[in-house]
Amino acid sequence: MADRSTLARTPIGRRPGRYVLRLVVTAYLFFLVAWPLYLVGRNTFADGFASLADVLTDPDVVHALRLTVVIAVTAVVINTVFGVGISLLLVRYHFPGKRALNVLLDMPLSVSPIVVGLALVLVYGGRDGWFGPTLEAAGLQIIFAVPGMVLATVFVALPLVIREVVPVLQELGDEQEQAARSLGANALQTFRRITLPSIKWGVIYGVVLSLARSLGEFGAVKVVSGNVLGETRTSTLVVEEKYLNFDKAGAYATAFLLALVAVACIIVVSVLRPKEER
Amino acid sequence: MTSTTLVPGRPAGNRRPARTGLPLTRASGLGLGVATLWFSLLVLIPLSAVAVTASGGGWDGFWQAVTDAQTSATIRLTVGTALLVTLVNIVMGTLIAWVLVRDRFFGKRALEVLIDVPFALPTIVAGLVLLSLYGPNSPLGVNIANTRIAVFLAFLFVTLPFVVRTVQPVLAELDPQAEEAAASLGAGRYTTFRRIILPSVTPAIAAGAALSFARAVGEYGSLVLLSGNLPMRTEVASVRILSSIENDNPDSAAAVAVVLLAISLAVIVVLDVIQRRVMRRG
Repeated sequence: MADRSTLARTPIGRRPGRYVLRLVVTAYLFFLVAWPLYLVGRNTFADGFASLADVLTDPDVVHALRLTVVIAVTAVVINTVFGVGISLLLVRYHFPGKRALNVLLDMPLSVSPIVVGLALVLVYGGRDGWFGPTLEAAGLQIIFAVPGMVLATVFVALPLVIREVVPVLQELGDEQEQAARSLGANALQTFRRITLPSIKWGVIYGVVLSLARSLGEFGAVKVVSGNVLGETRTSTLVVEEKYLNFDKAGAYATAFLLALVAVACIIVVSVLRPKEER
Repeated sequence: MTSTTLVPGRPAGNRRPARTGLPLTRASGLGLGVATLWFSLLVLIPLSAVAVTASGGGWDGFWQAVTDAQTSATIRLTVGTALLVTLVNIVMGTLIAWVLVRDRFFGKRALEVLIDVPFALPTIVAGLVLLSLYGPNSPLGVNIANTRIAVFLAFLFVTLPFVVRTVQPVLAELDPQAEEAAASLGAGRYTTFRRIILPSVTPAIAAGAALSFARAVGEYGSLVLLSGNLPMRTEVASVRILSSIENDNPDSAAAVAVVLLAISLAVIVVLDVIQRRVMRRG
């Protein structure tokens, strides 16, 4: 923060052209993000709290909201454990194939959600997936059921924790960990007492981002869920279904709830982060 | 560092693990084994299944599926629009990053939050959000729903953060002395920007552009309500894959998916090359 304010006082930042730039940027963001976002809020409250209340008393919507939360929280827990573990391995250890793994871990971010869904169906589909029939014979249905939706959500949010934790671990160095170990702490103690407190904020950002991404996943979940009313329909699927069935008020109200959580996640991160970096 | 860097695509060099490190112990080796197994079951095996399914009908089958008139129209539309959007992002993203780093004004914090909104907002909600301003009941009186402009707008919305968030930290860490020196030696504003600033931020711009291109090519959710998915007109590749899945035609779905995967993979390789080049220079 401090260095930014000094930069702003440099001669280049003081030219009159900056007002033009400021205006262009503000207008662009206003028309692309701010105004449309505001309109969703306004459409939701067009007739007071009625449409929001309708949505919140609709058992199908409540079920969808609950399912969304359960899936998102499960996915975040899995991704946090996996993400912290793999970050430690990538930063602290040397092993063959490390570079390839590092590159592959970013893959989920640039794969289309529909392709994610397709890929999971091809392997875990109950009828002719690679592993699906075997798993189903053992009593575990994945596709068109909650486990598949969790898998899809984990897939799309996979790199987020890793991307936050790896840079923190790198900057941290391993002197403290070595010191702890030389003083007789075992691996678990070192991790819990030394490493975890230092990477705490990185992990928290990663968790908040993953949560936002997981709550909002749509395409991948749509493919693997089967979208069964009252069973495997998540909140994002409710938005689509309501809009296409001409229940615009319901669609806007559900979308408003989802947008509220998303914006809250961003604000939490942007409020926390500068404090920690100062 | 700048206040928020929500979006993946950190400045190059930040996260590449160093070649040094301890050799694996028994416990960490076990951990690596478990992690690799999980990653394979979740990501690698399913993605290979897509490739295997696509090649099931041989090269002819693949080629036929991809060059089908309706399918190739979706690929052309998707890639073309994604390229256009990436160009806009290169210019506007850099400009936004510049203003956020170099300017100070009331409400800048709000702009910072706005930039990350498209990243955190569920894509289906993003479509609805755009529809409320640019759809049938637009207060502006424009209705671009079910046109190709809708595809462009949806891509533009969901890719907004990428270039901004990759360029911003690099710009913030630039040494102002080089610019002052250039200015004192008589370089104009434009020359200073082109000769001093632009070379340092180009890798970040390229990385952001690659991410935003990859994201646009695979976009689905924001288009569902916005573009109408009209065959030959506003249908994008992801929608085409989904309808193949729903019509129980996994081979053709996998063929188009492989095209998208190849594009993602190319983008990842390009990013990696850029990062390595910057590491070598830095």
